[in-house]
Parts: sequence; structure tokens; C-alpha cells
Amino acid sequence: MADGEREPVLVVLQLSGGNDFLNTVIPYEDGIYHDSRPTVRVAEEQVIPIDGTLAFHPQLARFNDLFSQDKVAVIQGVGYPNHNRSHFRGMDIWHTCEPEKVATEGWLGKAIRDLDPQHENVLTGISFGRGLPRAMAAPEVPITSVGDLDSYGLMSGIKAQQQRDEALDIFRQMYTPAVGSGMVKDYLSHTGVDVLTGADLLKQAPEKYHSTVQYADNPLAKSLRDVARVHLAGLGTRVFYTQHGGYDSHATQLATHPKLLGELSGAVADFFQDLEEHDAADNVVMLVFTEFGRRIKDNGSGTDHGSGGGAYLIGKPVQGGLYGQYPSLDPTQQLNGEDLRHHVDFRGVYATVLEQWLGLDANPIVGGTYEQLHPFRN
Amino acid sequence: MAESDVALLAHLMRRAGFGATRAELDALAGRSYESVVEELLHPEQQPDIDEDILRRYFPGLVHQDSPGTWNARWIYRMINSRRPLEEKLTLFWHGLFATGWDKSEHTPSSISQIELFRRNALAPLRTILLELSHDPAMLYWLDNSENHRDAPNENYGRELMELFSMGLGNYSEFDVKMAARAFTGWTVEQPIPIYPYGYYPTRFVYRPEDHDDSEKTFLGETGRWNGEDIIDIIVRQPATARFIARHLYNFFVADEPQVPAWNQSPPADPRAVDTLIAEYNASSGDIRSILRVLFNSDFFKEARFCRVKSPVELVVGTVKLSGAHRLPEPGLLALPGAAGLMGQRLMNPPTVEGWHTGKEWIDGGTLNERVNFAANEVGDTRKPGVKAIVEALSNGGAPLPPAAFVDRCLELAGPLDACSTTRAALLRYAESGGELCFGADAEKEESRGRVARMLQLIVASPEYQFA
Repeated sequence: MADGEREPVLVVLQLSGGNDFLNTVIPYEDGIYHDSRPTVRVAEEQVIPIDGTLAFHPQLARFNDLFSQDKVAVIQGVGYPNHNRSHFRGMDIWHTCEPEKVATEGWLGKAIRDLDPQHENVLTGISFGRGLPRAMAAPEVPITSVGDLDSYGLMSGIKAQQQRDEALDIFRQMYTPAVGSGMVKDYLSHTGVDVLTGADLLKQAPEKYHSTVQYADNPLAKSLRDVARVHLAGLGTRVFYTQHGGYDSHATQLATHPKLLGELSGAVADFFQDLEEHDAADNVVMLVFTEFGRRIKDNGSGTDHGSGGGAYLIGKPVQGGLYGQYPSLDPTQQLNGEDLRHHVDFRGVYATVLEQWLGLDANPIVGGTYEQLHPFRN
Repeated sequence: MAESDVALLAHLMRRAGFGATRAELDALAGRSYESVVEELLHPEQQPDIDEDILRRYFPGLVHQDSPGTWNARWIYRMINSRRPLEEKLTLFWHGLFATGWDKSEHTPSSISQIELFRRNALAPLRTILLELSHDPAMLYWLDNSENHRDAPNENYGRELMELFSMGLGNYSEFDVKMAARAFTGWTVEQPIPIYPYGYYPTRFVYRPEDHDDSEKTFLGETGRWNGEDIIDIIVRQPATARFIARHLYNFFVADEPQVPAWNQSPPADPRAVDTLIAEYNASSGDIRSILRVLFNSDFFKEARFCRVKSPVELVVGTVKLSGAHRLPEPGLLALPGAAGLMGQRLMNPPTVEGWHTGKEWIDGGTLNERVNFAANEVGDTRKPGVKAIVEALSNGGAPLPPAAFVDRCLELAGPLDACSTTRAALLRYAESGGELCFGADAEKEESRGRVARMLQLIVASPEYQFA
């Protein structure tokens, strides 16, 4: 739990497309790994060893620095029952905690409702990237979704600032809630005013921000810099959501996957360095997840959809180390004879974060009781 | 044409289509309302859209691989079709029989399902349900391809009644089992995998050896029912008449509570729904006949601006206002994505329940997208629709006082009924620049900018969010 003064903050980073766990945390001493991956494998001499059996991908050097400082909990082999190989279905399940049926309420939307039941702050939950992920969706929960922090807000197409301000002023007048205008119109008015309020608050973030950290020039680094700027502005945001796409490596994985991991490693390390520089890292934990891992055997150029991916909890409050059990590559242990078998239910990971970090009752959010991990310092 | 007639026709075209430009409305001058309705109800008498030019500009349409390209084509049809009701009903059926590309990731079957809805847009319900039960995208989406004689899968049998025809509470679990058994053997041919040769279409297959031909009792009627018999029984149910009537009311007249609430909450306007039910019964579920009654009714004519526009309605309606994309032009492929950011991804409804409508279209993120999309679309004075509005305002050359500036813009962009708060805000903007003048070139240039800005404010207004 965070210290008494600062409320705990959660940053969720989604790796979209299905990150290849076997080439992220690599069982580099396992002969079956090398035999199963004649093409899409990382040579033993290139890896960054964690211990005698596991190693990080060579592009994860800065991620490994955080791990060496005991700030990264690697959760090995995370998944859900009745594995589904569709990205979309897989992502839906992760977003809604409903493996059996299609649901529309997201786990973070429900968490945000519990964190801010009176809707006191329109910025309690912010998603970076246009379009709301289902994880953040819940009826009546105001979530701010920011495409680009520097131009965020209404009428952003009007470039001349004075004209835009004038337009926003008229907008505010048009959306003033009027008595007796009807339920839907009233709701619309409040939403319009919420958007204006959120944009006004968010405008402070770039203005206040100064840092020596030079983020790289890629979308993930940009998003995490936006998260840092908003967090550092002290606007009361408790849940941030952001995404890193492109992990669906069916082909040419040896070219694409290292680049992505390099971006991930650098952006995450820069983000935490930025927070540390501003003495603002004590109350921030990041959860990194992906919808599924990839097939054990490669297909000659890439890897197809599989199961049993990994998740990561990162931050100063985290007690670093390896959690869970690495999925066995032994053919008798493989799922359906070709996939990694997970041992940690993803809802147990969520419950861990919700209860032990955010201090919420996880049961109604994840839909049951699941075994939790203990990855936080006291 | 009297302004009140224009407003009524504009209302009809917003609901039965995706809106009409002022020029399109003026072209209807002198026609009776009923004759315009009749023309809408007979799309087959209007020329279909010429797609040759579209294919020339968007060669992606040669392959059935990207849903985005095909959704752009659909939006192009919504903008330009001479058969607006056909496209509107295609969207209606798509929302009702909600099938997601995300599960199959098989574009050809998603495309052919939309074609099915277009082909049967105004057909009797029986025909539509029967075609739907033969549709590969649907059979795969609701697992009827896994519905076997010795291992029935109830998914399609259940949703056919719960979400596609009767609604919860009007059948028993026993009926679900019987419907599932009747549809055993209705399956799809396994398509050739996408890798490495791309998509291949699939088709419906009936496997008699996998069909349960035994006697079944379904909704109280006993026989050796096959799927077709199940549909015959379903379309005769009073619950079906009511369910379809409420759907048509919700889509064309006014926002209703969401479908799962229908077996608890009565319609907002029970008499209107009863009128539609009566026509369903009189016409044996003929959609054209029911819609004729609907569009000609007073309850429809009076229901102005009381439905929240769906994202697709907002995008297409605004493009019609700006006059863009009347011929293929860059940016068309971005339009489905714009609707997606507002919460409506065509060919990808969130669940089999379809999109939740009404106020559920609106949250902070989607409102931001709606306002910014619309404002950007009409803020460009080079677009033909904006030019035409400037032209209409400058006609005669006399300066326009602020109040007239506001009212004429509201007329030309709708006509849109602005409440007093909105009108006062727009007037404040108009007054800040004084009279609108079209004298010297510099004056004209400034006035063009002010008209565009006024249109941006109008499409940002709360009223514009409603159809």
C-alpha cells in the first residue's frame, strides 16, 4: 500500500497482438526451446541471464536494470481457462473477466467506479490512445480518453488559439444544463461539461512539466511520457491505461519482435526514471499484460497464436523477482500438445492489484475469488 | 416550399436515410409526403449506385480481405445511394442480427452477410430469418456449425428467439433445446485457411446425416420440425410481432430502453407500438407494409430530434452536410474508423446483442470524437456543402444581421430546432462579428470563415447529437 499521503496509482500497459513469452523470458538452457524454435529463437550467448535457466531477451537490457533493482515482478505463465486463440476474444476476456460469455463492462471501469463513486474527478481514469478500451468501460463512469495530450480537447481542429477559445466558450454555454430539458439532454449536457473540465485540467500538465529524461520517439514512449506528465501534475488520476501494438508476430518475428521489446524496455525505464527524478515513484505500480503467448514451435518465420503469456508488475512498491511457475516445455506437459500451460489465472493477478495495491474488494470486479500473489513490499 | 414542409421532409430523410442536403430537399418540392415515403419504400425502382468508379479509386475492393475497405464502400453507399432506406435498413438488420468479424476474422462472410441484409432490406420477416439461418457468418458466429445431431449446441436456437425474434420470457428452455435440435446439420463449408493464399469464401451446407429428424414439440406445436418449420412457427408468435415492432420503433421513431429490459418495461408509446403490431399481423410480417404505416403515422412525424444519432448516422449525415465524398476522394477510408472511435465499428458490433443505443452512445470520449469530427468536416470552406451554404447566405448581397445569420444557418444545416440556450449562444457568436457582409473580397473571405465557424458550432451543439 502506498504511503499515507499519496494515493496508489495503477498504470496498465497492454501489449496488443500476443507477446511471445518464450522469447521475452527465455528458457535458454532448455533443449526443447532450441529444438522447437529452429528459426525464431534467441541464441544462448546473446541472452541476459536471470538465473541458471531463464534469461531476458537481449533488447530488454534496461528492463533488466529495473529487475536487478528488485522493481520488477515477473509473473510466469498467466492465462485463462478454455483458451481461445482469437485476439479479439482473448482481449475481451482480459478486459471484462468473462471467459464464458461476451460482456461489456470492463474490470478497470468497475474499479474506477469504486475508487470515485461520487464521480468527483473526471480524470480518475484516463486512457491514452483514441477509442476507449473495453477494460475501462462501465456505464455512468466518466473516463477521459486522450489521443494526444498536447492538443487534447474539443474543437481541436481549430488551430488559432483565440478562435478555439471563443468556440469553447460558446460550447460551454450551449451545454449548460437546463432544468426540464429531459434526461438524455441533461446527461449530454453534463458529459459536455465534463469533457471541458477534463480538458481544462489536462492543459496544466504540459505547462507544468520539466524533466531531464529524453524519451525515445515512438508511440509507446510518447504515451508513457503523457502518463508521466499527467501524474506529475497531481490531477488525482488513479488509473492510467496505455497500449503498445504490433506483437502479432506470425511472420518475420526476428525483425519485428526485438524492435518492440527495445521500445518497451526503453519507454518503461524512462518512465520510471522520470518519476524518480520527480520523487513521484513511490505510489505508482505498472501492470504489463498481453492477451496470450505464442505457440511453442515456430512456423519458420514467426510464431502463431498460443497461450500462457506472462505479466509484469513494475515499480518501487513491488518486491521484484520471479512469481508463479515457468510453463513447462516438456511435451507431456504441453497444452493440446503445442501450447504453454498456464498456472496463474489472470483474475488472480487482477485481484492482487485491486486488493493489495488499490485497496478495493476484488471479488465483485473479477467475478469470484482467485488465488493471489504477494508481490508488494510492506 | 413552406419551411414546415421542409422540416418534415428533412426529418423523414434523417430517419429513413442518412439525411438530405438542402438541394435534395428542394428537389422534393411539390411532391406529397406520402409519395416520397412510397419512393423510399421501393428502392428497386431507383437506380443502384454505380460502383465502377469506386473500384477504380479503391482497388482494395478487388479482394475481400479488409473489413475497413468494405465498410468504407458501405459508407460511400450511405452517402450517395438513391435508395437511402435500403442502406438504412441494412444497418438496422446489422444491428439486430449483430455478427462480429472479430470472432471469425473471415471477411468474405462478413461482406456477404451485409449483402444479405441489403438484398432483403424490405422483405417479409420470414424471408429474412430464413436467409439468416443459411448465412455462413451467422452460423459460425453463433456456433451452429457446432450443432450436431448427437451433440446439440443451443447458441443459435437460443439467440434466434431471445435476440432476433421474440425476446426473453416468451419461450422455455425446452423450446430452446427443440429449436437447437431442429437446426442440427445446418452448417458451413470449412473455408480454405487464410495463410498463405488469402481469403476464400465459404457457403452454407446442409448435412442430413447430422440432422436430428425426430419429432419435436416447439412452442406447443409437434412435428418432425426442421429449421424452416421453427421459423414458420416463430413468425406467427404475437411476441415476435411485438419484438419487431419495438425494434422498428426504437430505430426509426424514438429511443427506447435497451432490449434486455423489454420484458419488464413497457414501450414509451404503447399505442404506436400497437399500431405497428396490427400491421405486422395484417401483412404477415411484411417489413415494407409496417414501415409504410410507421412513416405515415403522426407519432413518427412528431418525433423530431428525440433519438441520439448513432455514430454512423452522425458521420454520414455530417459528410452529406459538408458535401464531401460525392465522388471517390481521399479520406473515405478513414470514415469507418471515425465511427469506430465514436463507438460503432461496422461489421463488429460489441456482442450479439448489438450496439446499445440512445444515451449509451455518449460518453466523454465519444462526445469528444463526435464534436471534433463534425466540426472538422464542416469547418473547411472549400467543401461543396459549405460553399453552397455561403452561397445561399450571400445571395442578394445584402448584409445579414446576426439573428438572421444564426437562423439561416440553422435552417440550411437541418433545419435544426435549437433550444433557446443554444440559439442564444450562437447569437452571441454572430453578434461578436456584427453583420455578415459580402461586399469586397476581403469581406467575403472573412464572412466565409465566420459561416464555417457558425456551422462548426451548430454541429457541436447538443441538438445536433439527435436525429
